[in-house]
Amino acid sequence: MSENSSNNAYWSANMRIIVVSLIIWALVSFGFGILLRPLLSGISVGGTDLGFWFAQQGSILVFLAIIFFYAWRMNRLDREHGVDEE
Amino acid sequence: MDQFTINLLFVGGSFALYIGIAIWARAGSTSEFYAAGRGVHPVTNGMATAADWMSAASFISMAGLIAFTGYDNSSFLMGWTGGYVLLALLLAPYLRKFGKFTVSEFIGDRFYSQTARIVAVVCLIVASTTYVIGQMTGVGVAFGRFLEVDNTTGLLIGACVVFAYAVFGGMKGVTYTQVAQYVVLITAYTIPAVFISLQLTGNPIPGLGLFGDDVASGMPLLTKLDQVVTELGFSSYTAHHADTLNMVLFTLSLMIGTAGLPHVIMRFFTVPKVSDARWSAGWALVFIALLYITAPAVGAMARLNITDMMWPNGGIEGGAVTVEQIADDPRYDWMDTWQKTGLLGWEDKNGDGKIQYYNDKNANMQAVAEEKGWKGNELTNFNRDILVLANPEIANLPSWVIGLVAAGGLAAALSTAAGLLLAISSAVSHDLIKGAINPQISERAELLSARIAMAVAIAIATYLGLNPPGFAAQTVALAFGLAAASIFPALMMGIFSTRINNTGAVAGMLAGLIVTLVYIFLHKGWFFIPGTNSFTDADPLLGPIKSTSFGAIGAAVNFAVAYVVAGMTKETPQAIKDLVESVRIPRGAGAAQDH
Repeated sequence: MSENSSNNAYWSANMRIIVVSLIIWALVSFGFGILLRPLLSGISVGGTDLGFWFAQQGSILVFLAIIFFYAWRMNRLDREHGVDEE
Repeated sequence: MDQFTINLLFVGGSFALYIGIAIWARAGSTSEFYAAGRGVHPVTNGMATAADWMSAASFISMAGLIAFTGYDNSSFLMGWTGGYVLLALLLAPYLRKFGKFTVSEFIGDRFYSQTARIVAVVCLIVASTTYVIGQMTGVGVAFGRFLEVDNTTGLLIGACVVFAYAVFGGMKGVTYTQVAQYVVLITAYTIPAVFISLQLTGNPIPGLGLFGDDVASGMPLLTKLDQVVTELGFSSYTAHHADTLNMVLFTLSLMIGTAGLPHVIMRFFTVPKVSDARWSAGWALVFIALLYITAPAVGAMARLNITDMMWPNGGIEGGAVTVEQIADDPRYDWMDTWQKTGLLGWEDKNGDGKIQYYNDKNANMQAVAEEKGWKGNELTNFNRDILVLANPEIANLPSWVIGLVAAGGLAAALSTAAGLLLAISSAVSHDLIKGAINPQISERAELLSARIAMAVAIAIATYLGLNPPGFAAQTVALAFGLAAASIFPALMMGIFSTRINNTGAVAGMLAGLIVTLVYIFLHKGWFFIPGTNSFTDADPLLGPIKSTSFGAIGAAVNFAVAYVVAGMTKETPQAIKDLVESVRIPRGAGAAQDH
């Protein structure tokens, strides 16, 4: 029973990390890259605006950061909850 | 040495390398054939995944589509990288923990249903076959130009080479072959881009050069590009023109499809541990990003170079390139060579001895044309798929760079085709024959049937590749739509919801696949046969939603149908709920088991 509740805490912690990561994922691509681009048009980057940079390069760099953060965070979470691979 | 011999040396040399590695790593047992005995390091696995992933669509086709459209085609860049976030967060670690060999095995076990497994196999085969057609388009373009043979011959040669190493090597051969292919393709993509970026901006890193200054004019490169293309009546490069809803749905379809394609997911079965599966997705994206950060620079710089070639005397006022110049000036040799493939064409419509390249659909330009006596755009044909391959010739780079790009383009197309064929063959032999038809089949017979399935799949893809439904990247985008609508939702619901039962999953997958397939066939022709379509992507059935963007809608249909049907039918048994619980935690992940 106790193992089960620990697993639940582990799973809900995992879900929180996933939700936050996916919000950032959507914000940089669909947000800054497409829908919010007009709001960022005041910030110029090399002959165009910040939204263009996010659509063509910035979002990719943020995606990389999200994946490596998730791998690092989850591998730590596994150990905290004692569910890592021996 | 002439260009033909140099191309032959580069292409032949790289093929010899791949086949050599495949023979050296010949697979023995079935476990090695599918998943390379699970001894692959995350970085190696990431590199192989990147080669597997970056196909003719990424290498040959994508920069060309961006070059001629600009910002609006950013969807390809965000979509084909953003999917890795979904893969890393929502699927990879859990599927590795589950510890079986194929995607359909997971679906069959999780939804405790032989039907679910077979439906998953069908979805997988439909998406993968569509994908291979796109690769064959790329193979045809590349061979047609570099070996100076026609499209059909090029396709047949390519099909034989893929068959050779995919059939005899298996996954292990493919893993190490693909590491070699990655190195060849990234070198081939980067070197010409560095040369061109130095020429135009003085910056050796193309991704930075894109946002740097154009040396010739002193203006930012993108400002200069916007100026020269709008002067010719084309829409500005950096502005947003496309329908926003369609752009969002298209990006989303590519992302979800990335996380639903079996040949990419299979890669995560081959790492030793769950924690490695998480890192592997990151490493794969690192190696993919090296190309994807460069691609928009390749597109923008090529567009600037092409416009400059057509108006060599400083824009419209300086006058267009002359017909004699194209025929005699060595800088224009690329136009003559590509014209022979039928993928590039020009015509002096008004007989003034010059080739005027402009947008003849633009009202202002029609007025200018009237005044100057032009009779329409005279650069009549520029196939988007030739841009990357022609790029080093357009920029007048050394012959060896042109040979290298030929080898890289073929590496991209062939490595992905091999990975997909492996996914198709394991679906048929492992899931259909061993899983459903004849569980008593011997290991030897299973291996044989996998190889026969591969040969049949190559034959079908080659045949359909002769008459493709679009440019390579567009055909591939359709495959992503199909994977997005069928496989991804089933996998995700299988891990994140215990509520979805066998009936719900089967109904969801079928609904998603069928609705998407019908929408695609309505726009692209039934079974991709030209002329049998009722709508076109210029005027789609549902408002602005093109057939390439429909995958996201298909996925939503899949989720909705699965939830409704599962709510009306019998609850998931406790044993399966326990299985889902165990998949969610990494502890206890062993080696994969065969059943």
